[in-house]
Amino acid sequence: MIDGVTQMKPIWYFVGWVLIVIGVLVSAAGIYYLIFPIDLDIALRGLHMSIWWGAILIAGGALLSFFNRKPMSV
Amino acid sequence: MHTISMTVFDWAILVVYLGFVVWVGFYLKKFTKTDSDYFLAGRRNSAFVAGVAFMSANMGALEVVGYAGQGAEYGLFALHFYLIGAIPAILFLGVFMMRFYYNGRIKSTPGYLKERYDEKTRVLNAISFAVMTVLSSGISLYALALVLKTFLGWNWDLSIWLSAGFVALYITLSGLLSAIFTEVIQFFLIWGGILLLPILGIIDLGGPTKAFASLPQVYTHLWSITGSAADNPMKLGWPALVFGLGFGISFGYWTTDFLIIQRAFSAKDVRSARMAPIISSYFKILLGFVVVGSGMVGLALMRDPHSGFTLLHTGGKINYDSVIPLLMMRFFPPGLVGVGVTALIAMFMAGQAGNMSAFNTVWTYDIYQSVINKKASEKHLIWMGRVATLVGILLSIVGAYWARSMPTIIDYLQAISSWILAPAVAVILLGMFVKWISPDGAFWGMLIGTLVSFSMFMALELGWITPGAIAPGGEASAMAANFWRAMWAWLISSGIAVGVSFFTEKRPEAELVGLVRGLTRDSEVEQVPLLKKPIFWASVTTVIFIVLNIVFW
Repeated sequence: MIDGVTQMKPIWYFVGWVLIVIGVLVSAAGIYYLIFPIDLDIALRGLHMSIWWGAILIAGGALLSFFNRKPMSV
Repeated sequence: MHTISMTVFDWAILVVYLGFVVWVGFYLKKFTKTDSDYFLAGRRNSAFVAGVAFMSANMGALEVVGYAGQGAEYGLFALHFYLIGAIPAILFLGVFMMRFYYNGRIKSTPGYLKERYDEKTRVLNAISFAVMTVLSSGISLYALALVLKTFLGWNWDLSIWLSAGFVALYITLSGLLSAIFTEVIQFFLIWGGILLLPILGIIDLGGPTKAFASLPQVYTHLWSITGSAADNPMKLGWPALVFGLGFGISFGYWTTDFLIIQRAFSAKDVRSARMAPIISSYFKILLGFVVVGSGMVGLALMRDPHSGFTLLHTGGKINYDSVIPLLMMRFFPPGLVGVGVTALIAMFMAGQAGNMSAFNTVWTYDIYQSVINKKASEKHLIWMGRVATLVGILLSIVGAYWARSMPTIIDYLQAISSWILAPAVAVILLGMFVKWISPDGAFWGMLIGTLVSFSMFMALELGWITPGAIAPGGEASAMAANFWRAMWAWLISSGIAVGVSFFTEKRPEAELVGLVRGLTRDSEVEQVPLLKKPIFWASVTTVIFIVLNIVFW
């Protein structure tokens, strides 16, 4: 609350953080199972998509959070 | 069939998502001070937020999982649901209709009927809509539990009560405000979960050219196989597609269903409200390629004997709706499984939250305040909205158990929307574009149109008539009959509304300013630069729409 006006962070800020957290978990899963491989019956496992997709989510989330970090008055 | 196994990383992703939606409900409660905050998200959203929410409300699991299934069964032909079956209606809503809907006095589509016609037309539409949303929500819950049980092995009852509980919590706390907040995050999660499926599928099939070439011509074209209904796998001729799907079904859903339109109502001004559906049209086209593309990957893999890919069989028939979960099982490693499962659950919750936020608004404004308690205070209305949400969720759970005990009822419940929306769009379109349509004309047009549509459905179900009896040409598939039924409901409703209006009292023109074309000036939009005009962006979508139809002709 500033000067009687309620401040709310833009929706994109929160979206960004959720994408970052989920991206970290996805990439961490990819890296973990790269180091400690398990027998998985999936196609294209050599692409290590978890690592790349997690990184993309992190990058997208970071951009969204950074450019929408200023609160808005409601 | 073995189920999808989830690692600790996958569970953590699901917990992060569920924790976030609950936190959103509590965080936004302090910003929910007025009834406008609760039911219309304070009408302060940008065009982009409203547009994303508009699209997200349409990305329910029944749509995504179902249309991917259509892609697996009918190939590229299923893309019609995303092109002719969506784009013209979405653009028409943004360019022509939203300026009449978006009005300080109007808070819902039944609310428009009250302003344009009278109270009885509003209440008729509101009651039909309330029943439709609760039943749709019940089916959505049933489908969620079915997917979670089949592919993850989760307990049926726990799936229903937990997902309903999460939606109840955040919608009860902050209404449409939290629904839109979570819909935006759900939008990104859904893309994060399904965008990779067609990409990985095409890589697995050896590239786009090879993947496309592996399918027969009837699975890779849109229009060249519609000269005769017998020429395409869906058994639909071009008239059924253009008039039935492109008008009867599509306009009913996209321009009348308050579940979708409510998101545009939350925009901060009329230009943003008009831009919301137009922005969503771009996502709709892209979503079509991702969803139908995923289905086509499944189709191509099924036809390849070396792939080892098969769909689930239910009751001796191929269950095409199983294509998305099965592609996730084929391609997603740990981590991505969590994103995929979370996306599936997010789709179900988005659909259910959409139904509940629309239901509580229509119940509170168009039934409770309109008929039961006309002098209710703002605080009381918010309380009533919260009660309506909880009751609506409980009714949905009852609906889910009903569907479980009697699966054939799902066909009837899903058809409800076509009984209600086609007659509603007839009287709303006439109301917006013809100033002499009377309140009695609209009421009787909508009521009789609904009854006729229902009677046709029952006559077909009971075998009293064949699908060909309601289709021009005399031969049609069940799906074509469904399209034509909507068209007939629209025509009959329109005819009765026009006929009765000749003999009954009309509303004075002075009362219709802002509600009817010809009595409303488009002043706000005339002032903005070209790049901010809804018509400009709608034209760009139209060009893309035409080009895609030609390329995949």
